[in-house]
Amino acid sequence: MNRLETVFADTRAHNRAALIPYIAAGDPHPLLTVPLMHALVDAGADVLELGIPFSDPMADGPVIQRATERALRYGVSLRNVLEMVMDFRRQDQLTPVVLMGYANPIEAMGIEQFAHEAASAGVDGVLTVDYPAEEAMPVTQALKAQGLANIFLVSPTTPVEREQATLQQAGGFIYYVSLRGVTGAKLSDLAEVRAKVEELKAQSSLPVGVGFGIRDAETAGKMAAFADAVVVGSALVEAIEAVADKGDAVVLAAAAALIKPIRAALQR
Amino acid sequence: MDYTQYPDAKGHFGIYGGIFAPETLMEPLRELTQAYHHYRVDPEFLAELEDDFQHYVGRPTPLYHAQRLSNHLGGAQIYFKREDLNHTGAHKINNSIGQALLAKRMGKTRIIAETGAGQHGVATATVAARLGLECVIYMGADDIVRQAPNVMRMKMLGATVVGVTSGTRTLKDALNEAMRDWVSNVDNTFYIIGTAAGPHPYPQIVRDFQSVIGRETKQQCLAQIGALPDAVVACVGGGSNAIGIFYDFLNDEGVSLYGVEAGGDGLETGRHAAPLNAGRPGVLHGNRTYLMQDENGQIIGTHSISAGLDYPGVGPEHAFLKDTGRANYVAITDDEALDGFRLLTKMEGIIPALETSHAIAYIAKLAPELSKHQSIVVNLSGRGDKDMNTIAAIEGFTL
Repeated sequence: MNRLETVFADTRAHNRAALIPYIAAGDPHPLLTVPLMHALVDAGADVLELGIPFSDPMADGPVIQRATERALRYGVSLRNVLEMVMDFRRQDQLTPVVLMGYANPIEAMGIEQFAHEAASAGVDGVLTVDYPAEEAMPVTQALKAQGLANIFLVSPTTPVEREQATLQQAGGFIYYVSLRGVTGAKLSDLAEVRAKVEELKAQSSLPVGVGFGIRDAETAGKMAAFADAVVVGSALVEAIEAVADKGDAVVLAAAAALIKPIRAALQR
Repeated sequence: MDYTQYPDAKGHFGIYGGIFAPETLMEPLRELTQAYHHYRVDPEFLAELEDDFQHYVGRPTPLYHAQRLSNHLGGAQIYFKREDLNHTGAHKINNSIGQALLAKRMGKTRIIAETGAGQHGVATATVAARLGLECVIYMGADDIVRQAPNVMRMKMLGATVVGVTSGTRTLKDALNEAMRDWVSNVDNTFYIIGTAAGPHPYPQIVRDFQSVIGRETKQQCLAQIGALPDAVVACVGGGSNAIGIFYDFLNDEGVSLYGVEAGGDGLETGRHAAPLNAGRPGVLHGNRTYLMQDENGQIIGTHSISAGLDYPGVGPEHAFLKDTGRANYVAITDDEALDGFRLLTKMEGIIPALETSHAIAYIAKLAPELSKHQSIVVNLSGRGDKDMNTIAAIEGFTL
């Protein structure tokens, strides 16, 4: 079993949903990213999702846009992000790391080159917002050749036929976008989310994670009743931003404090 | 080779174009594609569009023989396709009307759009007012300052103008923000993209609605000159006016096609907006095309005196026409464009938009190389009223 499969087997065995916190690599500053990753694992993270900063994050709300801009002020590149993962792997060989970003930095490096370097760095999966299944086959194949999962988003607007086309290429877990909107928007209809997650589970053996709009333990707990994993992004990035100028120790403590109660709520 | 058969069913122009969009938009884009393929051959839709073109927009626009300018430059005969005479003052309304009629038939009640120079924003606000649709226009905060007259027009027309302060505060950021709005409001909202870029089917839709320019031009050339022109010239930002006039000439290989990009302070300075001249292929705003980007794939800030050309990408069909060699893409600097602006204003009594002034500056170079028995058609894509603040500041006038 690879790292992602091991984690989901473990959380399933313990009757809880996996916790996947998202941070933007390089936010609030590049030297703090690896310590933040370790702090999140210590606070209960099961999988880490690391955002690759991109100049034009068209699917992200204001919170992650600002995080991206902070990282880009330090010139954080895709290559730097891979170096951070490599650094993280020196101490942690177990926690899966998933990269989330946009196509152009990957295209600029070259798809094959990226897949090769990501595997060497210890990345487990890649989610590219603007590589839908229709355009993703080259990157899916390159990642697969290196043993990496191409992770896909499924949204409330995705019809069943598209789900099937997407699932044929999907690896790792399915990331269900729980709302119509950008990252960090407000969640509305839990029953709709549940119905769609169950529809996905019926079609695939992959675990289904839910993200976008999950801001607190209460919502996370409700999602955990039917989802295999819960992604917390904007709420965490916002908590980091709020104390970004108060020193590294305060940032690490704030990140841990945000996810601990969420993690507790994921036990079914 | 038949250049007019693109894009393919998946929206590709060779290796360019495609649908590089967030998952939430994939189904709305499929619905739009389906609706568009239905209505583009629907006689009733086409009749309504034609009627609006004729009675609301003022088409066909004239093809004007600029004899004084031709004599002054001492070479080819220069003809202007007068898109500046359209209602709202530019070619943009050809597409806004078409997409708004599509929106109405698809049952959408809310229209959003991005705008750079404000011409597409004004055109969209205009058709939204006429059809009684809610309208939100996204515009870079810096562009709001340099195109203030157009902001006023949009507001008068009842549109909400949202200033975008993220990123470089120009057209690309307005496009990001419009995409975010669309992702969040897909159920009732129609996004009218103004340039021949974005995810499929937009580059095709925009081209098709703008291709009325080239169709008319071809007929007018045959009637007025008795032949096809030797060259067709248009400015290129995203490239909607250029693809609009090029499209009907693509398979007439005797007609040279020139797209004029914004050279800003000069290609050698890096401060420009000329991805076809100095960029490389990548993925942005839903399609693969030439982009201004750094070695890490970050989109870099562009510079042009004209807000409408100040964009780091370009429509995917232009990327394809560049690689195939069917069209030539050149660059004109800010200073040259200003000379073009002054030249047309003083020589022919036509005040062009700063975007269009790039094309005029290029014919000042091209025309003298041709004989007086040859002809060049320039797409006079917009009028310059909106640029008075910029020009006044440069010329030292106080308005």
